[in-house]
Amino acid sequence: MHRLDPRSKFMLMLGFFVSALMFTNIFALLTVFLMQVPIVFVAKTVKRWLQSMRGVLVYGGFIFIMNMIFGTPLVQAIAFSIRFLAVVSAFSLFFMTTSADDLGLALEQIHAPYSIAFTFTTAVRLVPTMAIDAQTVVDAQRSRGLELDKGNFMKRIRNYVPILIPLIISAIRRSVELAEALEARAFGATEKRTSIVILKMRPADYLVIIATLIGLGFAVYVYLHVPLPNPVIPIQLPRISWPNLHASRIGQA
Amino acid sequence: MISIQNVTFHYPDGPDVLQGANLEIRDGEFVAIMGENGAGKTTLVKMFNGLLKPDNGTITVDGIDTRKKSVAQLSRDVGLIFQNPDNQLFAETVAQELAFSLRNFGFSEDVIERRVTSILNTLDLERYEKSSPFVLSGGERKRVALAAILVWDPKHVIMDEPTIGQDYLQKDRLRNFIMQLVSQGKTVVIVTHDVEFVAECMPRVVLLSHGKVIGDGSATTILTNSSLVQQASLVLPQISTLMKNLADLGAPSEIIDAYSARDFVVAQMRRKGEARARPLKS
Amino acid sequence: MAAISARNLSFKYAGAEKPSMENVSVSIEKGEFVILTGPSGCGKTTLCRCLNGLIPNFYSGDLTGNLEVDGVNVAGKTTAELASHVGFVFQNPENQLFSLSVERDVGFGLENMGVPREEAIERVQWAMRATGIFDLRGKAPYELSGGQQQRAAIAGILAMQPKILVLDEPTSFLDPKSAEEIVAAIAKLSHDIGLTTLLVEHRLDIVSRYADRVIVMDEGKVELDGAPGEVYNDRARLIGVGLPRVTMLFHLLRTEGFDVNNPITVEQASDELRRLLTK
Repeated sequence: MHRLDPRSKFMLMLGFFVSALMFTNIFALLTVFLMQVPIVFVAKTVKRWLQSMRGVLVYGGFIFIMNMIFGTPLVQAIAFSIRFLAVVSAFSLFFMTTSADDLGLALEQIHAPYSIAFTFTTAVRLVPTMAIDAQTVVDAQRSRGLELDKGNFMKRIRNYVPILIPLIISAIRRSVELAEALEARAFGATEKRTSIVILKMRPADYLVIIATLIGLGFAVYVYLHVPLPNPVIPIQLPRISWPNLHASRIGQA
Repeated sequence: MISIQNVTFHYPDGPDVLQGANLEIRDGEFVAIMGENGAGKTTLVKMFNGLLKPDNGTITVDGIDTRKKSVAQLSRDVGLIFQNPDNQLFAETVAQELAFSLRNFGFSEDVIERRVTSILNTLDLERYEKSSPFVLSGGERKRVALAAILVWDPKHVIMDEPTIGQDYLQKDRLRNFIMQLVSQGKTVVIVTHDVEFVAECMPRVVLLSHGKVIGDGSATTILTNSSLVQQASLVLPQISTLMKNLADLGAPSEIIDAYSARDFVVAQMRRKGEARARPLKS
Repeated sequence: MAAISARNLSFKYAGAEKPSMENVSVSIEKGEFVILTGPSGCGKTTLCRCLNGLIPNFYSGDLTGNLEVDGVNVAGKTTAELASHVGFVFQNPENQLFSLSVERDVGFGLENMGVPREEAIERVQWAMRATGIFDLRGKAPYELSGGQQQRAAIAGILAMQPKILVLDEPTSFLDPKSAEEIVAAIAKLSHDIGLTTLLVEHRLDIVSRYADRVIVMDEGKVELDGAPGEVYNDRARLIGVGLPRVTMLFHLLRTEGFDVNNPITVEQASDELRRLLTK
C-alpha cells in the first residue's frame, strides 16, 4: 500500500471523499466507511488508524449532538457523524501511507510550481527539528526557574514569552542558514529543473485507479437510481421553538 | 554531592541512552565528562537538575532523590548552562535577561539589582547592561548566557560543551574563569570533547561510552590511556602522543600539557649540562 | 592563472559601524590546500562569503575591490551562477541537508542546475563513493551521525563539480575522532581531484599537517600568509591563534634559550625533540 504511487492513492482518497459527501443515507455512508477498513489492514497501519479515529470520535459525537439539538432525526444524525468519520478516515489513510518526500515528488510531477512542492517538503522535514528546538528552549528556561505549570491563567500565558521568543529567533536563524545553503546549491538557477527520482505508475497503481472509478461509478448509479431503505426511529428531541419576541412586543403595544 | 547510581534511561521510542551509569561527584570537585556524541553526556547532566528522571536507578543531589524535587527547586543549587545561548535569550535588555531567573526564584528587587550589577562586573559585561542581547556578537551572547546562570550563585555549575565555536582567546578566558569558580569552592562539571582544553585544566575526567562510565580518574591517567581514549572517540592530547613517542628517552607518560613538557625537557637538558642557567618561567 | 585572486577587497555590512574586511589581497593557486584562521570576528567568514557571491547578494553592504575565482570576475554574478565554480560547505550539517534521503540530497544541487538526469545520477554516484557514504544513500539525514552528515553535505557540493571548495569550520560540531577523519577525507579528495581548497578552522592541531599555506586574519586584515612553519610564530600567538600544542611547546623551549625548529605536527615535534635530547 505504501509503495503505490501517491497519485493513485490520491484518486482513491478522492473516490471515498466524493462518495461520502454524495450520500445522506445511513446504509450507504456506513458502506463507504467500512470499505476503508480492509484497506487499512492491507496497509498494515491499523494501530495508527485506530488512534486517529479515536481522536476524531469526539468531533463525531459533537456533530451528532448538534444535529439532535436542531431536530434532525436520530438515524440521520448518526449518518452525518459516520459521514464525517468516513471523510477523515480517507484523508488519514492517504497521509499515513504516503511519505512527505513522495508527496513533494507528486506535486512536482503534476507540474505544480516547484516552490510549493519544496516549501511543503521542507516544512515537513523541519517539523521534528523544530520540535527538538522547542524542547531545548523549554529545558533551558526551566533550568532558570521558570515554572510553566504554576500561576493563574494570565501568568501562565506570560510564562510562554521566554519560550516563544527564543523559538522564533532560532527558527529565523535556521531559515537564514538554510537559505544560504540553498543558494550554495544553485537553488533557483534555472526554471527547468530536472529530477533524479521519478515516480512511475505501475500496474498496481492503474488497478487502483480503475477500481476507484468503477466504485465511484457504482456509487453514482446507486445514488441516482436505487432507493435505499431509510429507517426512521421516532426518537427526536422536541423542536425548540424560539420565543417570538416580535409578536409579543406588538401585543403589548 | 551529586550521586548517580545504576542509572538507565531511554528517550520515548528510542534505545537506551544510559545503561547503568555510576558516578559520584563530591562538593567542590572539578570534573570533565567526556565521550563521543551520543554517549549520553548531555542526557546525564540533564538529570542533575531534574529535567530528566532516570528510568531505573537513582540520582541524589545533596542527599535528596531528584525525583522528589521539581526542576525549579533543584536548579536553585544546580546551574545548568546550555550549549547554545540562543536557546534561552529573550529579554529586552541584558539586565532583564539576568534578572529573569532571580525573579523566578523569588528574590527581592534590591537583591536582584545588586546581584545583576555584580555579575555584569565579574564577566566584563557592564557596557552591555542596557543593550538588547540579540545585537551582541556570538562570544558576548555566550557570556550573557553564562552570567544568566551564575547570577543566582548556584552551588554546582554544569556547563554543556562550553568550548564549541570558541576561538583560542575565548577558551583561554573561559578556562581562567572556570578555575576561578573552582577556587570559590563551587562544584564545576563540564561536558566536552575538547581534549586539549581539558589537558590544560587538569580536572577529574569521566569517560562515557554507550551510556556507561568506562573511565574515571585524573586527566593525566585517563587522557594518556590510548585504548580508553579510542573507545570514547577522542584523541590523545598532542603532548601525550609526543611523550609516548619519546618514552625510550625517559619521557614521562603522565605529561599532557605543554608547560609540564617544557619543564621535563629543561630538566633533562640541565642534567646533560646544556641548558643555560635561567630561572624556570612558571 | 590563480584559482582565487583578491585585490584590495573591502566590505562593510549594511548598518555596521566599521568594515568587517579591509584591503584584503590574497592569491591562491590551483590545487592549493589553504587554512584560513584568526580570532572570532576577524573577517574570515566575510572573505569566504565574497567567494561564492553570498556577499553582496545575500548580505548587503559596501563591497569594493577586485575578486576573481576560477578565472571569473565575481562582480555581478549571483551565487547560483558561481555555484559551479565555488562550492561552499557550512558549519552546521543539519541546516545543509534538504531531502529525506541522502541520495536525493546529494543530487539536489544538480537538479537545481538542470543537469540532465543520466549525467546527474552518474555524478551523484561518484560523489557518494568519493566521500565514502555510498552505503548510506537510502538513509534519511536525521539518521546519520554528525560526521556522516557533513560528508553528505560535502558530497552534495562535490557533485556540482566546482573547481574551488570553501569550508567554513566544518568540524565545529564534530567530536575529535570524526573531525580528524573528515579533514583527512577532505585533504585526500582535494589532492586526488586537484581541488583548490580553502578551509576555515580554529582547530589547527587537526588541519596543519595538510596545509600548503596558512592565512591569518585579524580585525579584517590579512596579517600573516605563508607556510604553516613560518606563520606559527610569536605574532600569530599574540593575535590569538590557537597554535598546535606541540608548536606551543617549542615556542616555550625557544624562550628557554634552546635552538629548535618550529614543528607543526606531532611527528615533526617528535623528531625535533629527539634530536634535541640526544644531541
